[in-house]
Amino acid sequence: MGKVGKIARRTFLFGAMAVAGGVAFGVYKVRTPYENPLKDGLADGASTFNPWVVIDGEKITLITPHGDKGQGVAHAQAALIAEELDIEFGQFEIDFGKPDKAYWNRALAGDGAPFMATDESFTAEATRSFMGGMIKLLGMQITGGSTAMPDSYEKLREAGAVARETLKLAASSVSGVPVSQLKTANGAVQLPDGTELAYTALAEEAAKVEPVTEISLRKPSEWRLIGKPMQRLDMVAKSTGTLGYGIDVDIDGMVHAAVMCNPRQGGALNGYDASAAEGMRGVQKVVEVSGGVAVVADNTWRAIQAVQAIDFDWGEAPYPAEQDGHWAAIEASFNDDQLDKEWRNEGDVTEALAGGKAVEAAYRVPYVAHAPLEPLNATVLVEDDKVTVWTGHQIPRMLQDQVAKVTGHKSEQIELVNHFMGGSFGHRLEFKYVELAAEIANQMRGTPVKLTFSREEDFAHDFPRHIGMARGSGAVKDGKVTAMELQVAMPSVVVSQMGRAGLSVPGPDMQIAAGAWNNPYGLENFRMRAYRVPELAPVSSWRSVGASAGGFFFDSLLDELIHEAGADPLQERIRLMQHDVSRTVLEAVGEMSNWGSPLGPNKGRGVAFVESFGVPTAEVIEVTNTEDGITIDKVWVAADVGTVIDPVNFENLVQGGVIFALGHAMNSEITYSDGMAEQANYWDAEGMRMSQCPEIMVRGLENGDKVRGIGEPPVPPAAPALANAIFAATGQRIRELPLYHHIDFA
Amino acid sequence: MQLIVDGKSHEVDVEEDMPLLWVLRDELGVKGVKYGCGVAACGACTVHIDGVAVRSCQTPVADVDGPVTTINGLGSPEAMHAVQEAWVEHQVAQCGYCQSGQIMQAASLLSEIKMPSDAEIDEAMSGNLCRCGTYPRIRAAVKTAAAKMQEA
Repeated sequence: MGKVGKIARRTFLFGAMAVAGGVAFGVYKVRTPYENPLKDGLADGASTFNPWVVIDGEKITLITPHGDKGQGVAHAQAALIAEELDIEFGQFEIDFGKPDKAYWNRALAGDGAPFMATDESFTAEATRSFMGGMIKLLGMQITGGSTAMPDSYEKLREAGAVARETLKLAASSVSGVPVSQLKTANGAVQLPDGTELAYTALAEEAAKVEPVTEISLRKPSEWRLIGKPMQRLDMVAKSTGTLGYGIDVDIDGMVHAAVMCNPRQGGALNGYDASAAEGMRGVQKVVEVSGGVAVVADNTWRAIQAVQAIDFDWGEAPYPAEQDGHWAAIEASFNDDQLDKEWRNEGDVTEALAGGKAVEAAYRVPYVAHAPLEPLNATVLVEDDKVTVWTGHQIPRMLQDQVAKVTGHKSEQIELVNHFMGGSFGHRLEFKYVELAAEIANQMRGTPVKLTFSREEDFAHDFPRHIGMARGSGAVKDGKVTAMELQVAMPSVVVSQMGRAGLSVPGPDMQIAAGAWNNPYGLENFRMRAYRVPELAPVSSWRSVGASAGGFFFDSLLDELIHEAGADPLQERIRLMQHDVSRTVLEAVGEMSNWGSPLGPNKGRGVAFVESFGVPTAEVIEVTNTEDGITIDKVWVAADVGTVIDPVNFENLVQGGVIFALGHAMNSEITYSDGMAEQANYWDAEGMRMSQCPEIMVRGLENGDKVRGIGEPPVPPAAPALANAIFAATGQRIRELPLYHHIDFA
Repeated sequence: MQLIVDGKSHEVDVEEDMPLLWVLRDELGVKGVKYGCGVAACGACTVHIDGVAVRSCQTPVADVDGPVTTINGLGSPEAMHAVQEAWVEHQVAQCGYCQSGQIMQAASLLSEIKMPSDAEIDEAMSGNLCRCGTYPRIRAAVKTAAAKMQEA
């Protein structure tokens, strides 16, 4: 296989390793099974077969340890188990389970070995990157990086199959019928004479037999559930207001807290005067926390009102006070000393550009807030020998460590009751909101404290997606793109994010280059360099992480070059594409969108392709330039995830990813003035509204050889496809997000 | 102050300017109503007063002059309202946090306009933010609910 083939393969391996935040760890000892945590405190007569299935005389419970922030992963995990266990929806309950290393994320590590074998240059750096803090993450239970399905796809079907075969063994022992003559369906073992033994009735017997370890998984042609439209388990509750999110937690004796921390993030609390707050109705206590003050009251509104009545003296921000200072730091980082890594260098770019640059351009992406609709919140009860935390979180075991640091308990004394999350987009990979709740509760031991962020506090303390700039140039010849040089400069989101958890991550940060280096095109001459900007404002993983920026840089530049070459935007991408699965994705989106067909006046069509998290994704967008501004009319998306678990949820997630990305591309950013975020609520960073929402047609392809997640991959191509479409409609090339600085949207 | 919420009468002793949202959530324990922004920018807190959609986060409790219906009173898992049924049929929700407000807004729209046009749906629903981006399914579900309610 030639160089390009290697790159394509490497690309995909990278995708699997790219957890949100760019953190992954090696395969050391990962094959060693952990103890089943469900054995702890198992009731008499109950049986647990592995960390995901427990059955007693009354009910079947499936543990779905990946956190559900709306992507439907609680349902999908349960469906994978149910597929092999032969149980139907309605016959079991689900539970997020307790934090445990048994739930470590295999998709972060599983692809590590072949990758390291194929890329020596990376091996050294990856090892450096991953050692340090990452050893600590062994047994890391995390939901992020679109890994829930890759992690669960085989593991949970195996868990279901093990339980099924063990139940058959128990049934055989009870009935005397050999296992080979037993069948399973509908939550029961069936004997040849038609007798049905319910799993629940077999639980006690099953507890006495050793779980079967040799199982084989069913063929896809035998699947009842996977690949078919399903009714999500959470759908009725979410449509009737009966699903309890973290913010809805209500514990006996609970008090309500609100907090204000220095809006200059990380700045000091120099002093405060809380006298106005102390006299307000319902206020019970004013307590200091790290970098701010909390008010405890008898309801949420009173706590928020009171904390806003405090007079604060805040210290300076540990980063440039004005936005211009952030951009200047980035501008200044394109130099050899700050070269983080040269990710690609093929052909001879210098030589190819010597004959003249067809394009020379700079691109920018802003900070953007996560701002999921459920404001950050956590309820914490600190007792002397135990801490209980009720919240929704994506990294349960690290959460235990972080809370333990606050309260002085041991990590294993921290009990997390994980909850469905009202969105996240990376917000709930962070720990600060839970640490603050723990700080307050630790000053009121024995009393459960619910901390709810006001929306304004949530915006002020969002750790946004990092800003970045790119410089691009390239050459064209005979109607083709022949050379491309892309330099990207950003602060390291991994360093910022892991730093808050007390971990240092040495080595290059893959997220600076994500979306910009790894698209499997075979450009004759291609150089991609990543530059590390010193830490600015604290930043965090935001849906699709680095690829949300890198994809915009890469594809915008490519589109400009294709235009200069006089080639067709889709056909030239297809010509350059060296990876069969990705080429099929491009061809599919062309066919879906009827690419090349005539458009009406003032209309334009743009295409973009970005590979992220192992998923090649192509999008075509059609816009109209109206008197009121740009309207986004239609979007077509083709993405290859190897296997689509549920086509309905798949479509919903792709449409949602496109809308999320387009909304931010249109109008959302965080900017700093006087060290504070200037955007305080949704009026200031609105995203997309229904009246602006295009029709979105989706096709899930299954040519890839591994199952992939679809939470993040629809995001990166959307912004460049929109900018490319606007160029096609108006002739205006916009190289900076959000686009509304340069053009109006209707 | 007296409030009628989901058919039940409550006596509440709170400040006159406390938003209805927080009276519902923290004083009466009606948790289906959601806090999203506090400034009527997102619509997650939408309830009905006398059958009309209002943003409860911007409604001082003293201004409530009619019976309040929340998502918890519109229907129940066992007996869903036609709009809720349509939401399930179309598998609308992702995180679901905005959907209480979306459903209340849609129910209010359909009590006012039996068969809304696409433009009328967009206009009525555009004050309700969905960060997950479920708008295409919301549009489809509103139409299904409209058709269902016509049959009924």
